[in-house]
Amino acid sequence: MSDKIAIIGAGMHPWGKWGNNFVTYGLKAARDAIKDAGIKWTDVDFISGAATMRCGYPGYVAGATFAQALGWQGAEVNTSYAACASGSQALAAARAKILAGEAECALVIGADTTPKGFLAPAKGYRPEDPDWVRFHIGITNPTYFALYARRRMDLYGDTLEDFAAVKVKNAKHGLENPNARYKKAFSVEDVQNSAMVANPLRLMDICATSDGGAALIVCSEDFAKRIGKSDAVKVAAISTVTPTFANEVVEMPDIATDSAIASEAVRFREQLPKKAYEEAGLDPKDIDVAEVYDLSTALEMDWYEDLHLCERGAASYLVRNGETSLGGSIPVNPSGGLACFGEAVPAQAIAQVCELTWQLRGEAKDRQVEGAKAGITANQGLFGHGSSVIVTK
Amino acid sequence: MQEKPKLPAIEGWYAEDDQGAHLIGSRCTECGTYYFPKQSLFCKSPHCQSESFEEVPLSRKGTIWSYTDAQYQPPEPYVAADPYEPYTIAAVELEHEKMIVLGQVISGVQVSDLKVGMPVELVLDTLYEDDEAKKTIWKWQPAQNASE
Repeated sequence: MSDKIAIIGAGMHPWGKWGNNFVTYGLKAARDAIKDAGIKWTDVDFISGAATMRCGYPGYVAGATFAQALGWQGAEVNTSYAACASGSQALAAARAKILAGEAECALVIGADTTPKGFLAPAKGYRPEDPDWVRFHIGITNPTYFALYARRRMDLYGDTLEDFAAVKVKNAKHGLENPNARYKKAFSVEDVQNSAMVANPLRLMDICATSDGGAALIVCSEDFAKRIGKSDAVKVAAISTVTPTFANEVVEMPDIATDSAIASEAVRFREQLPKKAYEEAGLDPKDIDVAEVYDLSTALEMDWYEDLHLCERGAASYLVRNGETSLGGSIPVNPSGGLACFGEAVPAQAIAQVCELTWQLRGEAKDRQVEGAKAGITANQGLFGHGSSVIVTK
Repeated sequence: MQEKPKLPAIEGWYAEDDQGAHLIGSRCTECGTYYFPKQSLFCKSPHCQSESFEEVPLSRKGTIWSYTDAQYQPPEPYVAADPYEPYTIAAVELEHEKMIVLGQVISGVQVSDLKVGMPVELVLDTLYEDDEAKKTIWKWQPAQNASE
């Protein structure tokens, strides 16, 4: 029995700050994916939604919300939530259903409408909530990104120019991407002239939050063959692993790590792609293209090492030699990444897989990675959610 | 004018004795794993079934794992001074517990004064003031005397 499923359709609603109902973004993405797959909506027998926590009850039951918007047709439904990793969990749910023979053709979908400004926790005195504690003592999301960035500088000699170069690269990659929110070239000087947020990271080093929607149509290999799409790209692996105690790195929203006095310290971001490589039977050297979660420029460099695209501490060599730019040996974030999109939480991991689908089909136009045969995604959701998907031809 | 009393911003998380300030953690009585904030219900190690903990003072010294600052005013429940004053933040590996704890660094210390691996120590300092009291929190400061 095959352990792969086929991706026969991909669709997105452009990212932006549109301020519309999230359902409208998902609807557009789903209809594009269905059209791309060349199937009818009624051929879909499973809808796997990624939830949003910011859009009320319809967001908590996103799978059913999109099913109703597209027209109730009796398909089974599921909704997953794993913060930024929600999209991968929705894909994993669809794969499990298809490989178990309980569904043939699934819609995987996520969309979000984001509020303006900080996402502040509930008020009052609530020391039992780590999110309340960290904001009370003045620790915001950029604090964590900046701690990782500064440690790279002191340990590996990364420079502010290296971080800025990641933004310059991603901005260039995303220039012609019709789904990107920011389509503007940046120079190293532009980054370095932006406001300091959390030393050493400036405003242009850190990603924004966006509205957006992404959808995939996935199916069994039999179904793909029946509709003449046996050469469709495949999902070769999905990792949704949780951390292993003791987690070595301090993670949002915690103010302390696990104590490693009685257990070995384990780096979660390194564990999560490991399972994907093993499942796909691939080595990091087999990967042609990667879409990683660049919440900050420096975090993208962490991912190069956690994905084993280079040795620990060597990411700056990849950046300085243009190896992760289009035309380099291992292009990263050809879509433009979060630098060009901003984050639309439940849609983002699905959007990463959309991009790999277009790359492996050779349909990515100006941002095409020539001859790409295997790609990997990586991201991490709050509260211990790993997410890494490998797509192959 | 009378000096305002000092009260902890979060109760029961830190204390001061004749040796100085320390965080109050807990230690699993079976496997020895430390916790901050205190854990009292179940040990989080996958290899330990313990539900028994003792309250312990954590190392008041450590070394810097990384550091940054906050140039933008955080949202509530942070209580910001008016006008807002940026502050430095450090992630510190405690001397004994093999864990990293985040906290503000005392005022006057800039990012440019710090380095990964630098020895620091814990002090209690004002997080914010309200009408009744100075609310204290733990902060890190560069170690005053390495031989202490």
